[in-house]
Amino acid sequence: MSTTVHKAPGRGWSVARVRNRLVWWVMAVIIGIGALLWVYPFVWMVSASLKDQLEVFGSGLSLLPKTPVWENYARAWTDAGFGQYLLNTVIVTVCTVVLVVVRCAMAGYVIARYRFTGRKTVMVVLIATLFVPTGYTIIPVVEISQRLGLLNSLSGMVIALSGAAHVASILLYMGYFRGVPKELEEAAVIDGAGFLSVFFRVMLPLAMPVTATVTLLTFLATWNAFFLPLVFTFSRPDLRTLSVGMLAFVGENSVDWSGMAAAAVISLLPVVILFVLLQRYFVEGMAGAVKS
Amino acid sequence: MVSLPRLKARREPGERPAPALTRRRPPARRRRFTSTQVWIWFFLTPTVVLYGLYTVYPIIASYWFSFVEWNGFEAEKTWVGLRNYQDVLADPQFWNSFTVTALFTVVAVPVKVIFSLLVALLLNSPKMPLRSLFRTAFFLPVVTTTAIVGVVMQFVFDPTDGPVNQLLLTLGLVDEGINFLGDSSTSLWTVVGVYVWKWFGVTLIYWLAALQTIPDDVYQAAALDGAGPWSMLRHITMPLLKPFTVIISLLTLESTLKVFDLVLTMTNGGPFYSTEVVEIYIYRWSFAATTPQLGFASAAAVIFGMFVCLLGLLQLAGIRAARKAGGLA
Repeated sequence: MSTTVHKAPGRGWSVARVRNRLVWWVMAVIIGIGALLWVYPFVWMVSASLKDQLEVFGSGLSLLPKTPVWENYARAWTDAGFGQYLLNTVIVTVCTVVLVVVRCAMAGYVIARYRFTGRKTVMVVLIATLFVPTGYTIIPVVEISQRLGLLNSLSGMVIALSGAAHVASILLYMGYFRGVPKELEEAAVIDGAGFLSVFFRVMLPLAMPVTATVTLLTFLATWNAFFLPLVFTFSRPDLRTLSVGMLAFVGENSVDWSGMAAAAVISLLPVVILFVLLQRYFVEGMAGAVKS
Repeated sequence: MVSLPRLKARREPGERPAPALTRRRPPARRRRFTSTQVWIWFFLTPTVVLYGLYTVYPIIASYWFSFVEWNGFEAEKTWVGLRNYQDVLADPQFWNSFTVTALFTVVAVPVKVIFSLLVALLLNSPKMPLRSLFRTAFFLPVVTTTAIVGVVMQFVFDPTDGPVNQLLLTLGLVDEGINFLGDSSTSLWTVVGVYVWKWFGVTLIYWLAALQTIPDDVYQAAALDGAGPWSMLRHITMPLLKPFTVIISLLTLESTLKVFDLVLTMTNGGPFYSTEVVEIYIYRWSFAATTPQLGFASAAAVIFGMFVCLLGLLQLAGIRAARKAGGLA
């Protein structure tokens, strides 16, 4: 070890350096095997979606299809209705995200920057519901939707999805708006801006970073939602979202593995692409829970 | 994923909005004051209405529903007092689902927390090759739709043609395929395994965020003093991570109580109720039964909801304690 001391740092192939490097590469191989395990089901899924229906069963562990069979996608898209399911999911997700962003930004803004009667009550109720499990309230949600005539419709699904929880988003906006210097508002008011234009022209554009986080997390939660879309579409198969459609598909065609895999690829591709493009924001959005 | 907004919000309750209040200066003129008040409530209306209907009302209504007999959403409700509670508490299947949920949690939480810490420690080192690629790989399942993944996993764990059994057979580890999901002795553990796989990335990200709060110069100073990697881990990293351990464990714990999507799509609670967690039990009595027992299911939901609420309070206390410990360190 002592021989390595007088060597210039960063140069050379001293024993310690090589050993150090080697240790980390061994670690990398171990972690790499784990990482492969994490990605494998998706690779298998893509591979199965390109095999013909017999090859899925016969080819054992081979991941490469002999010839890619694109008809699986056509079958999933048209026959199994995943084109329709994708459209439903896109409609529901886009509407829910817009509704959640607008309503949470508006609520967060007034709670953070104005004093008014009832402010405290609103705050207390919001915070209190953070500690009540919302996943166990599905029965009243269905009951109220039915009474309002919103069951079995996409708009009803959107309203229910954007009404549930999202306290975190309101709190995020509140925290952000509280930190904005009030001179900005005052300047806008002097320039003749009313309440609405102060919010939509000055405050909301300022809150872009929060809007990005809320959009991304709401998008993910809504795209992946299952329980609500499931109970909202029991009697309307044409309104199913991707996740519900998938369950129905395997319920009816349990032997069509390649069709199932193609449908799964169609359903997961949009979120995976978005994740790869915006990875940093996903990770930061989620890590927020610990950085307190 | 449904649980995310709730998770993220955990850091907020401690912050007080009060300073903003005192900074607000009273509006100059009376007329402006009233029009501002109108705008304020206009801005709050969407939240008050939506939140009231879909979050506050359901919480209150589940209590009311738990006291009635009610066989389907169209049916009449009849007041039965505490009978639903008696029935739920006397139902062995309710206790079975309670046990399954508890087992699920007791196994999944430590496995996830400990293994993700180990991986996070390695991925946090700048010397680790390909670390961002690995992080991406571990995080990938998190963003995917749980219900879709659950269905795909039915096929991955298929007893004859699924890739897992194909691999085991090729390696000669078993003579015939294991019926992972069809055998009540392996089904729960298979679901737990997939659950850990699916959400591992979240806990990993929590740990990485925690590790990043430790400044680099602490390590550099220790290195100058001649500390090796092992003693740095024992005397710097571990003590500094301690306050985060409570928070991360509790966040992980709470998320294991929401496994409906995965269990319904992988096993539907079976075989022989071996994977029937409380959420599935409630779902079965309210939507999957020939005669739905909505009052009975509501009582089960209330009982379990109270239990989760207790855990939530425990969480709050835990985070407070952890913050204190962190502040002292």
